[in-house]
Amino acid sequence: MAKSQLPDALLVDKYIAGDENALAILINRHQSKIYGYIYSKVSDRDVTEDIFQETFFKVIHTLKTKKYYNEEGKFLSWVLRIASNLIIDKFRNDKKMPLNRDTDELLIFSRITDNSPNIEKSLIKEQIEIDLKNIIEELPHDQKEVIMMRYFLDMSFKEIADFTGVSVNTSLGRMRYAITNLRKVIEKNKIYLPS
Amino acid sequence: MAKLYSKRKLATKKMLPKKETIRLILQYSCALNIIKVGNMNFESIAN
Repeated sequence: MAKSQLPDALLVDKYIAGDENALAILINRHQSKIYGYIYSKVSDRDVTEDIFQETFFKVIHTLKTKKYYNEEGKFLSWVLRIASNLIIDKFRNDKKMPLNRDTDELLIFSRITDNSPNIEKSLIKEQIEIDLKNIIEELPHDQKEVIMMRYFLDMSFKEIADFTGVSVNTSLGRMRYAITNLRKVIEKNKIYLPS
Repeated sequence: MAKLYSKRKLATKKMLPKKETIRLILQYSCALNIIKVGNMNFESIAN
């Protein structure tokens, strides 16, 4: 089997045994999800780069001191937990609260591409993004988390379950409640969200 | 049920770190050497 197709746990073993290339493969495999996760929390490219780098410094340090986690095959969720702790530390140090996106320079929604933009469509899209963002913010934390991870970070339900420490069925349940709650809020407030 | 929630993918553009960041991480990994002696770890960074 080509090295790039090896499962995470095997690559981690190879890295611990001294194969530096295994780390490059792991980073290449998961960089988008890890980077996207950090960016979704901090909304700043430079801070994201710093935390991404710091996360992997910790990963390297932990693996080289042979203190690797015991959960085989859950490399991504382990790394995301490290990133999550670093994000919390960062906000603690800054004495700020995360996720106040009203004045952020770039919303996560601006990653949605619009192939045929015109002024009307742009205005409608902008309004939908604002409405949707406000509605999602109203959801309970566990439901908001699963929505963000599934739709904006493109994580699978298995990955979401690993990261949040619950079963896949619980993740699916949370998604179901999140969608139901979103619908309720939309109906209650008579918000028009054209597709 | 997972399929039900997977029809529309909004994450169209992948966000990636800078190449310099990746390079730095890999260089750090190559340079870092940790030797365990008893209960203690000795770290060294090669230039």
